[in-house]
Amino acid sequence: MKGKAWKFGDNIDTDLIIPARYLNTSDPQELAEHCMEDADASWVTKKKSGDFIVAGENFGCGSSREHAPIAIKAAGVSAVIAKSFARIFYRNAINIGLPILECPEAADEIKEGDEIEVNLAKGEIKNLTSKMIYHAQPFPEFMQKLIKAGGLISYIKKKLKS
Amino acid sequence: MGQTIAEKILGSHAGKTAKAGDIVVADLDFMIGQDGTSGVAIDSFRKMEAQKVLRPDKAAIIIDHSSPSPNSGVSAIHKKIREFCLEQGVKLYDIGCGVCHQITPEQGHAVPGDLIIGADSHTCTYGAINVFSTGIGSTDLAAAWASGKLWFKVPETIKVVYNGKLPKGLSSKDMVLKLIGDIGADGATYMALEIGGDTISDLSVDARFTISNMAIECGAKAGLMEADKKVLDWVKQHSKRKVNPVAADKEAKYAKTIGIDVTKLEPQIAKPHTVDNVVPISQLGDVTIQQGFIGTCTNGRLEDFQIAAKILKGKKVKAGCRLIIAPASTQILLEMIKDGTYQTLLEAGAIAVTPGCGPCVGTHNGVPSDGENVISTANRNFLGRMGNTKAFIYLGSPATVAASVIEGKIADPRKYV
Repeated sequence: MKGKAWKFGDNIDTDLIIPARYLNTSDPQELAEHCMEDADASWVTKKKSGDFIVAGENFGCGSSREHAPIAIKAAGVSAVIAKSFARIFYRNAINIGLPILECPEAADEIKEGDEIEVNLAKGEIKNLTSKMIYHAQPFPEFMQKLIKAGGLISYIKKKLKS
Repeated sequence: MGQTIAEKILGSHAGKTAKAGDIVVADLDFMIGQDGTSGVAIDSFRKMEAQKVLRPDKAAIIIDHSSPSPNSGVSAIHKKIREFCLEQGVKLYDIGCGVCHQITPEQGHAVPGDLIIGADSHTCTYGAINVFSTGIGSTDLAAAWASGKLWFKVPETIKVVYNGKLPKGLSSKDMVLKLIGDIGADGATYMALEIGGDTISDLSVDARFTISNMAIECGAKAGLMEADKKVLDWVKQHSKRKVNPVAADKEAKYAKTIGIDVTKLEPQIAKPHTVDNVVPISQLGDVTIQQGFIGTCTNGRLEDFQIAAKILKGKKVKAGCRLIIAPASTQILLEMIKDGTYQTLLEAGAIAVTPGCGPCVGTHNGVPSDGENVISTANRNFLGRMGNTKAFIYLGSPATVAASVIEGKIADPRKYV
């Protein structure tokens, strides 16, 4: 996956990612139209499919709303790279199949507009603009299993069938 | 080796010895959803091609976030929830019953030693009655409905010890805001808190819920307390289920211990737009307010309204300012009517809305307008939280909100008690 970096700060909460006033729908495309609206209202029109969100500490803190990773994924974001993620957002992202990478150095050094390339299997983040290469924290084994299964829905579906 | 409360409860529900860092699959005692999250959970449940909620007797959905419905989109979600509950035999608490985190313990679904999940981040509230309860997302809830189990990473634990006598005019809200201000919004991410000390022993169960409720505001997975006599008595009044109190071992391992002496604590205020932006009230300066709000899963309990009523008795909400109150459940509303609290608050000028989340999450019941300041007993003051990104939300105790609406500016409640 390849795309441009969009930078956000620390403690980007789920109300900024998708405000509760839009929780009257669970349609991913409708949610995507309002993604990050209260953090940067024009972001939705600027970003392109395949781009990356690069943020600071505690990304996705606040509410448990799964609409947050759903909105980001439906907005066409390839992956979120952050210094750290809030616990529930982290779980939700893996469950619905939104790639997330925890990497403080990359989150610090990547600048807005840099061209980024990510190899998810290796956890490798390449900054094509600055020519830097970073390695994200590997996922625990159990989560790798979930990711390989295509998220929690497919994982449970298979389990229920067997 | 000694174990923490988190290790013991997760271990006993996974059928093995658990230590921090382990990943366990554990049996659940109860699972809840609310109207903001259950629609997506039902979608996920269908996508899993699951036919039956495995243990409908251990599940409930509470319609509280936008209740009664403010628009047709929300009405459609409410309808979907009602139909799902009917189809699956899941207990439904419909509009007006109250906030999920009041309903769950009040209606006897949570008892000491339980493992409970909820598709709402403030599910950590029941830690106050010795329950390992934590917030998860909608797809996790769907997986729990289908299988009765869920996976957990056993968290490390931070021990928090409150000591000293709480000064007059202060409450548990000031204690928890102080903690969050000290350790920050991500101070306990991926970890559990174990909260104790002689100040906690002095608090009522109502007041303890306030502290556990806000554990998530420093990123914690759970805000656990031990079950003392007050807790066991409270639970006995609300539930017929067998209790299994869990205490930490003396040799339990903690990531760190935080001590807070409350003897000289001042009322605490969280300023816009993060919950960890906390200052003692003497350092706040002048903040004119247009709206006060008392309610939510943090501070919408009987004791909270009694504290506010004591301050507001015979006084009036200042002209140019409004006070919205939302009891956390119908049960609480009835108790408020019975003991006169409700009348006192209405006579002072309070406006009451349906038991539930009220204006906390910005879907209805009092969205502030551009440039307005709100003083609220809720747990979050994020930008746009109450439905307007151009408003400013300050968080404080019920006493602080009561004192503030009398003066029309954020005021120190100590002079009113």
